[in-house]
Amino acid sequence: MHPIRKQRLYLVLFLVLFSSVAVGLVTYALRGNINLFFSPADVAAGKAPVGQAIRVGGMVVEGSVQRSDDSLAVRFVVTDYEATVPVVYEGILPDLFGEGQGAVASGALDEYGVMQATEVLAKHDENYMPPEVADALEKSGYDHKGKAQ
Amino acid sequence: MIPEIGHYALINALCLAVILAVLPAWGAWRRNTTAMGLAPGLAVGQLVFVAISFACLAAAFLQDDFTVKVVASNSNSLLPPMYKFSALWGNHEGSLLLWALILCLWTTAVALLSPQLPMQVLSRVLSVMGGIAVGFLSFSLFTSNPFERLLPGSPVDGSDLNPLLQDPGLIIHPPLLYMGYVGFSVAFAFAIAALLGGRLDASWARWSRPWTNVAWAFLTLGIMLGSWWAYYELGWGGWWFWDPVENASFMPWLAGTALIHSLAATEKRGLFKSWTVLLAIFAFSLSLLGTFLVRSGVLTSVHAFATDPARGMFILLFLAIVVGGSLILYALRAPAVSSRVSFAWVSRESLLLFNNVVFLVATLTVLFGTLFPLIMDALGQGKYSVGPPYFNAVFVPLMALLAPFMGLGPVSRWKGDTVARWRGELAISAVVAVLCGLTLPLLGEDYNLWVALAALLAAWLVLGLARDAWYRVRGAASLGSGLRRLTPSYCGMLLAHLGFAACVLGVVATSQYNVERDLKMSPGDSETLAGYTFEFLELVPVRGPNFVADEARFRVTKDNELIAMLAPQKRRYLASGSVMTEASIDAGLFRDLFVAMGEPIGSEGAWAIRLHYKPMVRWMWLGAIMMGFGGFATALDKRYRRQRRAATASAQGVLHGA
Repeated sequence: MHPIRKQRLYLVLFLVLFSSVAVGLVTYALRGNINLFFSPADVAAGKAPVGQAIRVGGMVVEGSVQRSDDSLAVRFVVTDYEATVPVVYEGILPDLFGEGQGAVASGALDEYGVMQATEVLAKHDENYMPPEVADALEKSGYDHKGKAQ
Repeated sequence: MIPEIGHYALINALCLAVILAVLPAWGAWRRNTTAMGLAPGLAVGQLVFVAISFACLAAAFLQDDFTVKVVASNSNSLLPPMYKFSALWGNHEGSLLLWALILCLWTTAVALLSPQLPMQVLSRVLSVMGGIAVGFLSFSLFTSNPFERLLPGSPVDGSDLNPLLQDPGLIIHPPLLYMGYVGFSVAFAFAIAALLGGRLDASWARWSRPWTNVAWAFLTLGIMLGSWWAYYELGWGGWWFWDPVENASFMPWLAGTALIHSLAATEKRGLFKSWTVLLAIFAFSLSLLGTFLVRSGVLTSVHAFATDPARGMFILLFLAIVVGGSLILYALRAPAVSSRVSFAWVSRESLLLFNNVVFLVATLTVLFGTLFPLIMDALGQGKYSVGPPYFNAVFVPLMALLAPFMGLGPVSRWKGDTVARWRGELAISAVVAVLCGLTLPLLGEDYNLWVALAALLAAWLVLGLARDAWYRVRGAASLGSGLRRLTPSYCGMLLAHLGFAACVLGVVATSQYNVERDLKMSPGDSETLAGYTFEFLELVPVRGPNFVADEARFRVTKDNELIAMLAPQKRRYLASGSVMTEASIDAGLFRDLFVAMGEPIGSEGAWAIRLHYKPMVRWMWLGAIMMGFGGFATALDKRYRRQRRAATASAQGVLHGA
């Protein structure tokens, strides 16, 4: 074989080998590190798995935020106006977190249907709604103030 | 009146861009010197009109002209003037105008600074850039006009700039980032021009290389500033979130890094030509993809200003034309430009090739992770999110794989080398690097295997560079004359690679040794973290120009010695009513101390407080700055200018001959 061709052949083989390793790495990394979004209605319908990393989001119900007096534990309820999911979280909440605002909690559901959140996201702009939450509300047929559309 | 002038100037710029895209390219094809000669003038004219337009919008912002829609929704009369100006690009319409302005700046720079280029090549390059300008200017005019008025019914005062963007870092972050993003359009234009002309040789690589390096350097600094801003402004103390928008700027950087290395091989050895062209296309396409991801609102992010489907469609269409068109051109012409040069397996070429493979794979994995949620959503598989663990799991091993070969790079020889020589050159470095890996982590709190590995790799890199630099300097009469013998492009490489080593150390040390604590504290409480005692003295209300704040005063001591007074704030901005955390940081070369406030807890004046101890976090940004300046330094190399003088003479000869 022509030496340049031969070199190219080896190159291609090397590339194939290297990218298969990379693809393997990617699938392995993806398996444990992606999580799916569920709306409160999905959770109420039992579609969400218990004990697995998921995200749940909706509007934070007015008057539902309860803070502990002696720790950073906080408890609140998110809703898509069809169903509600209680969330517990320990830590500092983002600046834009507030009652009547959209929020997404990531964590896992425990067997009592309480979301044990490891992270709470509220987006960076008060007019801005996390798209997942906007979609979930659209599905339930309410706007973000809870009025039927 | 002023906004209308701006609007009119923008329309003029679009007309000039259309002419620039068509006429010189036609001239290059028909060998019409008059048409080709128009290109530089058109480029300058386009810049002038876009600059007028930009100045008009800036005037509208500075004069609080709330009849202009973008001003009304992104500025406020209480805003400090500096932020009124930067508010210009703190929104979709304005940032697009900035994009266009920077594109015109690059176009004009190419037009004016390239007397060495043959006229045909120059006109093709400028035409391609004109075509890109047509796309962006019409995007701006037809879907997101920055000069849209709110008449009647304009508000008395504006609804304020997002408080997160009211920060000095954010005044320069977008322009630098765009300089990088848009700068890759020059590399792209050179690649397309070469494909059109069917001529791709070492001189092509020499023309395109300084531009690519400078664009890459800007992008490096832009990304670094973004990371630094996220660190002190978002109040989380994190410096990289693998947020889709960060990825959008990181992917062109990764592809660009591959590109600048393969350009080196193309310039020096005439190798990997078609591959280099493909990378140039790829890097610019990723810049456009980044713009699409950020601007179309398909992703959840700080940067997603607008969610207008028309805009998303426009960029997607533009992206399809650019990527599709250039790939078709590539498929048609690349066989004509491929190289017939061979190289040995043990050589600098194969090390550069390895670099390319690693960076390309890294780009693709980041691309995959970023697009995965979009693909799954489009397929109706549900709303997934891909978190930092995925990116870390894929990216970190790839970079670790890179470092051992990077140490070999500078010492290796072009064309062919021997393992025995490498062994002879680097045996001592290897031993010293292992010793560094074993001992350096002892300086930290506890022995950490990851830090040991990072120290080993960084030392290996630095020692390889030092060995090579010493080898070059040693023959000279004195150290000074020896150092003077090093070319700017060599120094740039040295600086950038040292920067990478600093980055690796900084990232690993701060991730491994970082101590974070979120806790409840009342005035009078104190807490010890990594030997530093944080004492919460008092809580005071303060007032800023456009906000009111609660400020917590902290005294930090170590072994009863005062280290710093820190004063984080919780601000409420008056115009928008939005609340923001202002962290307070005591910065140092070897450690940062970080305090941020959460929310008040209970009724007795207690607050949720976040305390961080972050060792060596600055090394990461210092490393990125070194990489950026290294990139700039390479463009100063004499060989790019020397060749210009020679080429000018011959070009004049050609002109006189014609």
